[in-house]
Parts: sequence; structure tokens; C-alpha cells
Amino acid sequence: MLRQISASVLSWAYLALVYAFIFLPVAVLVLFSFQDGRLPVPPFNGFSLQWYEAVFADRKLMAALGNSMVVALVSSVISVLLGFLAAYALARYKLPGSALQRGLLIAPMTVSYLIIALGLLSLMNALHVPLSLMTVGIGHVVINLPLCFAIIYASMGDHHINIERAARDLGANDFKVMALVTAPMLMPSILAAFFLSVTFSWDEFIIAFLLSRFDVTLPVEIWSMLRSGLNPKTNAIGSLVFLASVAVLLILELSLFGRTKKQ
Amino acid sequence: MTACVSIENVSKIFGAFTALDNVSLDIRAGEFIVLLGPSGCGKTTLLSILGGFQSPSSGRVSIAGKDMTYVAPAKRPTTTMFQDYALFPHMRLVDNVGFGLRMRGLARAARDEKALGFLDLVGLKASAHKRPHELSGGQRQRVALARALAVDPDVLLLDEPLGALDLKLRRQMQDELKAIQKRVGTTFVHVTHDQEEAMAIADRIVVMNQGRIEDFGPPSEIYMRPRSLFSAGFMGEVNFVSGRVAAADASSAHVETPLGSLALPAKNFTASAPKAGDRITLTIRPEHFRADDKAEGPTVVLGEARVAGSAFFGTHYRCHLQPSAPDTRALVAHLPQSASVREGEIVPLAVRAADVVALPATGGHA
Repeated sequence: MLRQISASVLSWAYLALVYAFIFLPVAVLVLFSFQDGRLPVPPFNGFSLQWYEAVFADRKLMAALGNSMVVALVSSVISVLLGFLAAYALARYKLPGSALQRGLLIAPMTVSYLIIALGLLSLMNALHVPLSLMTVGIGHVVINLPLCFAIIYASMGDHHINIERAARDLGANDFKVMALVTAPMLMPSILAAFFLSVTFSWDEFIIAFLLSRFDVTLPVEIWSMLRSGLNPKTNAIGSLVFLASVAVLLILELSLFGRTKKQ
Repeated sequence: MTACVSIENVSKIFGAFTALDNVSLDIRAGEFIVLLGPSGCGKTTLLSILGGFQSPSSGRVSIAGKDMTYVAPAKRPTTTMFQDYALFPHMRLVDNVGFGLRMRGLARAARDEKALGFLDLVGLKASAHKRPHELSGGQRQRVALARALAVDPDVLLLDEPLGALDLKLRRQMQDELKAIQKRVGTTFVHVTHDQEEAMAIADRIVVMNQGRIEDFGPPSEIYMRPRSLFSAGFMGEVNFVSGRVAAADASSAHVETPLGSLALPAKNFTASAPKAGDRITLTIRPEHFRADDKAEGPTVVLGEARVAGSAFFGTHYRCHLQPSAPDTRALVAHLPQSASVREGEIVPLAVRAADVVALPATGGHA
């Protein structure tokens, strides 16, 4: 009996430690974003929203936030679209060297972001393409396309083939089969791929740093703020970034698991 | 709508495997045709070729007189009802049934009205706003039928549609399918490996084996007067007795068998006219043994047999009979409920000559 109780106490303590280890840094970050004082370090002097005010008043920071949103949304839409088309083609048609093509599509996942960024940087230079948010977006498509492809390809089962065949038999052309039948059937995995890409693009730093110039994304802006030292304002913007990620995760959870439960 | 279908010399070859071997078939408009055969006999391949999902290696398919051999499924006056129903899981029933009409450019109001009409035909109008996952297997089946019929096809192709249902529901759906086919008048081509299902619904049955058509005709014809040993064996229990034509003329033939000799009308030689010296196999259905009942017309007695075993099956006694003649195989007979048979008893093997079909001995698995 005693052994059982101590075992259960130990396992609960272990669980608490795991979560503390994961979330304590975030909790500290969020806590000191409300710091009434100039330094985001203990002791906690009192509750204040002044740093949030400062964040929202900071034009550069707000522009970077907007840039990040645009890059995340646009690059994710493109990644999902390309990933879906590639998955559809490889799952439904006999293509030459399809195993090799699948491998090539997924390969960028194994390459570090730094290498991808350096490669793209020298490519853009060679092509005389000026660095901008577009080049950052291209970089994010490069890293997110393999992910989107893998998620969507894995969900394209053979049991969908007859359903698509039925649609074709009833008069749908290839585009209508894809748009009205295949994509809606795969919507859970398409949404999962989309939201994962959004979160990856949202807090990606290295590619965004190396491939941007005047307009920068939020992580890059935060990095340049950090160079001038710690300051509760960075905590405040960090908390907002975290909040956005949580929001995306919640949308993903609700839209995806709400759907799968229904089906 | 309805149309006739003509299949001329169609072959389909997959590498070294011949799925269809020079198949020709003429289907009349409004007929309920069943393609019957064991798995791998080519019936599903033939259906895919009719639906346009595969094209034949050689030969020609025409529907309502128009060549359709290489026409895409969407452009054919056919629709297919798939074995797994293939309903669109994300659409309500009314949208599933209306999908084909939507592809034909019908406005929402018009197609919803028509879709509801077809859901009504299959008895599911009240569920129009449900999604397929809320339905039972039999209901999904009906939705698939309504969806395929909603576009007014000339020919409906059904790929083992009742395969996934339990026996009772299956029999019920057979009756419904037949009734709906009569109402809409569309030509139905239905694939199955269940010979009872084929007899229950078909106007004419096509018996297929190893890529060839073995037999083609109304159920009673196929059962009573099979044109091949395979067809005779596949359509239900049958006894094969080998024999030889001793003499033949235009109207009858004299046949010698290990059980004894008998005279058969020439028309009972369903595959080819009898010639003296031909080696043949006689096919006798179990229910055609008459015991010693002489009431139903003249019979031929093929010697005697000992009852080796019998069991009561409700509609009949199923008996194993061992003929007294040497070197003969045991026979199966269905004797009437009224017959009192005991094991070990000796009974005469009486049959009506008209019921015995004679087929060439070669070819077939007998």
C-alpha cells in the first residue's frame, strides 16, 4: 500500500518536473514581460503593462510582426499547394523513378537550415535577385515543402482511388476531382501540414536572417533588439510570439481533431 | 434511358496473363445481365472495359451502336457502382447523389430536386442531409445506386455490389435491385460470383471462366441445359457420368455408360450434335433422380444403387448413392420429402431422358 502511494507520488513528481523543465523558461519570460522596472530579472517588482505598450508603439517591431505573418501565410499556402500536387502525382500516377523522386522531395528535411540558407544566399547572388521578404518566403517554402509533402502523401490511401474513380465516372475532369473530392477528403492532413508550416515559418530565424535585407521578420528584429541588451520589452514581444504559436496550435487541434472525431 | 451493348472479340492481356480471351457478347437494351464466374475469370476486367476504366488489348465495344472502345469513363453513357460504394465521405447524401448532375452543369435547386427524387426511389429521402458515415452498409449501397442512376445512364455497371452485405440483407437487396431495374428500365450489367444471386436477378446470365464465356442464356436455360461442363458445375450441384455415343441420328442418340445405356433426344446435346463414337459426359442434377416414382412421366432406369447416406434438408433428402455397377463413382441425389429412404436400401436410378444433358468429355474439370 505504502509502496503504491510512494510510486504514484514519485510518478506525479516526475511528471511535474518534466513540465516544469519544458515550460518554466516560458513562464519566466511571460512573468517578466509584466515587470515594473528596467530589467527582466528577479526580483519581480510589480505588475505593469508598460512594456506591451512599448511593443505596440514600436513601429519597426510592428512592421516585422506584419512581415512575419505575411511570410508565414504565403509560404505555407505555397508549400501546401506544391506538396499536395506532388503527393497526388506520386500517389496516383506511375512516374519514372518515383521512389527517387519521393526521396528527393523529402531530402531537404535532413539538411540543416544554415546550409539551405547559405545555398540560397549564393544562388540569389548569382542570379542577382535582391534579398527581400520574397527570398525569405522562398527559403521557407524550401524547408516546409518536404514536410507538407510527407504529411499529405502519407494520408493518400488506396481506398481513395475508387472514390476518385467514381467522381471521374460521373463526369468530373481531373481538376474537379482534385478540388471537389481529393482535397476535401484529405482536408485534415492538409490543415495539419498548413498549420505546422505556419508555426515553423513564424519562428524561423537563420534563413530569415541571411535572406532578408531591409524588411525583416519578427525573429530577426528580436535578435537585433537583443544585441542592445536584455530588456522587458523583448520579454513582451517574446510572449506575444508564444501566444501566436499557441493560438495556431489551438486552431490546428480544434479544426483537425474536431473533424476526425466526426468522420 | 437504356441502350444495347455489343462486345466484339475483346481480349485483354496483362503481360503473360490473358484476362479476357476473344470475348463477344450482345446485350439487349433494358436487360439485366449478370456476369458470373469464379474470381480471376475476367468478369471484373470485362466490366472495367465496359466502364472505360481499362481499354481492351484488341476488339471493340459499342453502346447504342456507337463505338466506345477508347472513350473515357466520363464521356460514356455508363456509370459504375463500385464494390466499396466509393461514396464521397465529406458530402451529404443529397450532394453525393447530385454530384453527377453538378458536373453536368445543373443549378443547385434543380439538381437537389432530382437527387431527392432518386433518394426517394431507394427509400432514403429522410436521410438526405446525413453524411455517408452515419449510414449502415445496406443504406450506403442504396445511396451508391441512387448516385449512379441520377445521371440517367444508358447502362449501369455493378461491380459485386452486394459482396459486403450479410446474407439476409443481400437477398433483400437483390429483390430491390431487380425491382428498381424494372422501374427505370436501364440496362444493368452486374458482376458476381454467387450463382444464387445471379439466378435471382438476371434476365440472362453470362458464365465466365479463364477469360472466356462458357455459357450465356436465361437462368433456367443455364441451369437445365448448360452448354459446358464448367457451366453445369458452377450453377449448382451436378453428377457427371462419362459415356460414349453408340449410335446417333438426327433426332436421338444411343448412349452407353458404365451405369447402363439410354436413348437421349438429340437436342440434349447442347454443345454439339451427337456423332457415333463421341466420348461424352452426362450431367444429371441431383433433383432429377426420381427414386421409383413413375408418376411424372416415362423414366429411364440406370441400374440400381445402394443408399450410402442421407440427410434431411427441409425441402428434400440429400442422399449419397453408390451404383451397383462396378467402377462407378458415388452420385448425389435429392429425393422428395415424401420419399422414405433408409441407409443400405437398394433403389433404382430413375431419370427422365429429357433432363439429362450430354456434353463433350474433353475440356472442363470433370
